[in-house]
Amino acid sequence: MASLKDLRNRIASVRSTQKITKAMQMVAAAKLRRAQEAAEAARPYAQKMAAVMANLSASMAGSPGAPRLLIGTGKDETRLIVVLTADRGLCGGFNTNIARKARERIAALKGQGKTVKILCVGKKGGDALKRVYARDIIGVVEIASAESNAALAAQTGERLRAMFAEGEFDACELISSEFVSVISQKPRAQTLVPAAEAIDEGAAKPDLKGAVYEYEPDEEEILRVLLPRYIDTVILAALLENAAGEMGAKMAAMDNATRNAGDLIGKLNLVYNRTRQAKITTELTEIISGAEAL
Amino acid sequence: MADKLKFDLVSPERRLFAGAVDMVVVPGEEGDFGVLPGHAPVMSAIRPGAIAVHDGGKVERTFINGGFAEVAPEGLTILAEDAVPLASVDRAQLGKDIAAAKEDLADAKTDEGKAAAQAALSRLQALEASLG
Repeated sequence: MASLKDLRNRIASVRSTQKITKAMQMVAAAKLRRAQEAAEAARPYAQKMAAVMANLSASMAGSPGAPRLLIGTGKDETRLIVVLTADRGLCGGFNTNIARKARERIAALKGQGKTVKILCVGKKGGDALKRVYARDIIGVVEIASAESNAALAAQTGERLRAMFAEGEFDACELISSEFVSVISQKPRAQTLVPAAEAIDEGAAKPDLKGAVYEYEPDEEEILRVLLPRYIDTVILAALLENAAGEMGAKMAAMDNATRNAGDLIGKLNLVYNRTRQAKITTELTEIISGAEAL
Repeated sequence: MADKLKFDLVSPERRLFAGAVDMVVVPGEEGDFGVLPGHAPVMSAIRPGAIAVHDGGKVERTFINGGFAEVAPEGLTILAEDAVPLASVDRAQLGKDIAAAKEDLADAKTDEGKAAAQAALSRLQALEASLG
């Protein structure tokens, strides 16, 4: 049986842990609000971009001048998987869920006899995948290494395009977390290259009432400029959604931890009081029986 | 003309402007063009420069570091790389920034660093040019 002093120490330690988790929860809540605002602010641009791309790709598809980034290389042997996770843990199952989704996709692709290359953005993704797929990982980028999410998206997009130009992969998938709500994040895989597959054909297209777009300069030129930007935009949107998801998951995890610590403190207090009472009773009995013996 | 043009200006970080205006002059890749309500559908790349938003006799100029404009029957949408309202630009500060950017360019050692410094400098110079 633990002594009274041990119990007191134990209660004090759980209490300070509770203070830490409580503080982390509040920090996560504040950051979540900012991350959510950033994700929402970026949405109009992404939507407009998707609409414009849907328009352009529809009119370009099948034409011989279409860029390879749009229509693909014509084969599908090497796949690049970009895994977006968080840099830090302590956010429940957030990173684990993304890593699991990534492992499933990689196993499925390898089962089809394809070569898989993995690029991890976010430290935790690299940590989770390197045990099984260490040889396939071509790089781990830390999110904290970039100045901003926009800069990170541009860097990643640049790297992808350079690799694609070198013929290092045929198709690229992005695995990240979809921000369903503050308490629910779903891992999701989406195609990045060839972009034609990624573009949502259902995106709202403007009704031209029979008119035809004029392009200035020509379609090919515009597509050449716009396509890289489109890829950056998709990566940026995923990064922002991930950031919001991470904070949501962290908030929920820390809330659970705080509550759990509260329960634990309650139980320990009960044991402490009982032990103390038992000790007093024993002492009293000893004194009384001692007095009677005289 | 009673009609107004629906105009959206969005950057990757946020929506900068949404509303109805009289006319927008856009610095297209192949020359400036004005967009009035009922303009024919056009898609155009934008060179770094200032867009001028005309509304109710007032003109508001915003610097855009490249981007893309789409004119559809519903209105005009500009996807801007980044945007700075010219009214908020301090000329003296801009001069200092340009001098600093030139120094950065001279100091840059790697090719990447040079390219980044050059991009920053040309952005500032375009901004200065659009101040006119």
